[in-house]
Amino acid sequence: MNLKKKFFLITIFFCFIENSLSLEPNIFVQSTVNRASDILGDEISREKKMEKLKIVAMETVDINGIGFYTLGKHRKNLSDEQKKEYSKLFEEYFLKSFSSRLAEYSNPQIDVISQEKKNEKYTIVSSILIATDERPEVKIDWRIYTKNPDKPLIRDLIIEGLSLARTQKEEFNSIIQSNDGDIEALFISLKDFVKK
Amino acid sequence: MKKIFLTCFFILCLLFPASAETKSPSNIKDCSEGFNRAVFKFNNGLDKAIIRPIAIGYRKLPNGLRAVTGNFLNNLSNLVTIPNNALQGDFGKAGNNIARLGINSTIGILGIFDVAKGMGFKRLEKEDYGQTLGAMGAGPGCYLVLPILGPSTARDTFGTIISLVGGDPWYNVTIRNDTQYFKNSDYYFSKIGSGVDFRAKNLDALDNLEENSMDFYASIKSLYLQDRQKKILNSQKITETQDDSDWDEVSSD
Repeated sequence: MNLKKKFFLITIFFCFIENSLSLEPNIFVQSTVNRASDILGDEISREKKMEKLKIVAMETVDINGIGFYTLGKHRKNLSDEQKKEYSKLFEEYFLKSFSSRLAEYSNPQIDVISQEKKNEKYTIVSSILIATDERPEVKIDWRIYTKNPDKPLIRDLIIEGLSLARTQKEEFNSIIQSNDGDIEALFISLKDFVKK
Repeated sequence: MKKIFLTCFFILCLLFPASAETKSPSNIKDCSEGFNRAVFKFNNGLDKAIIRPIAIGYRKLPNGLRAVTGNFLNNLSNLVTIPNNALQGDFGKAGNNIARLGINSTIGILGIFDVAKGMGFKRLEKEDYGQTLGAMGAGPGCYLVLPILGPSTARDTFGTIISLVGGDPWYNVTIRNDTQYFKNSDYYFSKIGSGVDFRAKNLDALDNLEENSMDFYASIKSLYLQDRQKKILNSQKITETQDDSDWDEVSSD
């Protein structure tokens, strides 16, 4: 086999490896949803469900990225020490808030219907939360961060066109603004929420 | 006096050009936040004492009964949606809704059965005068919380006033004009019914949001303004309604 042929085969091989490792965002969302749904359908206590959901969130959600997004313009004014403290607090806050929100639902059925690549960094995956006797069908879109295609991460849930990350960002901004721009007020609120 | 008030209100709306603000709900000013928070607290108390318990009871009704109530209220809402479809230049949607109103009010027995859907006339998004003003380019003005009615903006409040001064045919035949066919209470019952139906459909979501919010007022404000932006843009495509500029600056490293 000549050198040119070898090089060609090696290139093909690496291309194949790369393609086989990258995870399509819609498949990633459906598998994440199925994992969460299995946990919610389990006959275990609410606390155990929350613990298991936290593990899923840590593996599939870009908690750090969401944390800095929700700080908005205030993130530029943080010292390195404050950044560290905020990242830690936000993770605790997010995991508690996320798991307690989800734990209320029993075995939700979500079907992924399509995906739209916005750019190299983001793909929007569209899904439907199937209606039950208690509530109507709900449209849920997922903002997936695909900078590393091998490890896509969830950055936002857009429920019926309403972004949860943006809502959280405006909530945080409101807390900071009503305390004369003092970021420490947000840290206190986050600590109180985690302790609650 | 009424004319002067309406003119002033309209000018107030126009003082806030829409170009930048319809793109970003977070830029909408909360000019009287203290007052708004007080009204929000009052509304929240009212919700806990009256509306929420009624919504819980309503959810216990058989599905079929809730479905026909929802259909009836949705059919009535076409009376405001149709003129707004036309004002926004959506004549196709106006035609669809006129057909729905005609078919469902007659064959569908006063709108309790959605017969039109089976005939191919889809149930479309509701429209109101606030959305039409937004679509025409009027900015939202300041964010407001109205007693009982809840979140609004200067523009959306002006839209509600348009409904009350002749823009809502259902209000005209029940309250404004003495038609002898309807009572004032018919209008109030329909509005209370719409509120309870909405609350019942969002019972878990709102309870959950309140429990997990550090500032419930700010969360509701954000959701309301995002919802209005989406409705004014009349877009179901998520990529058209989301502002990505801030996301682009965030890296997870």
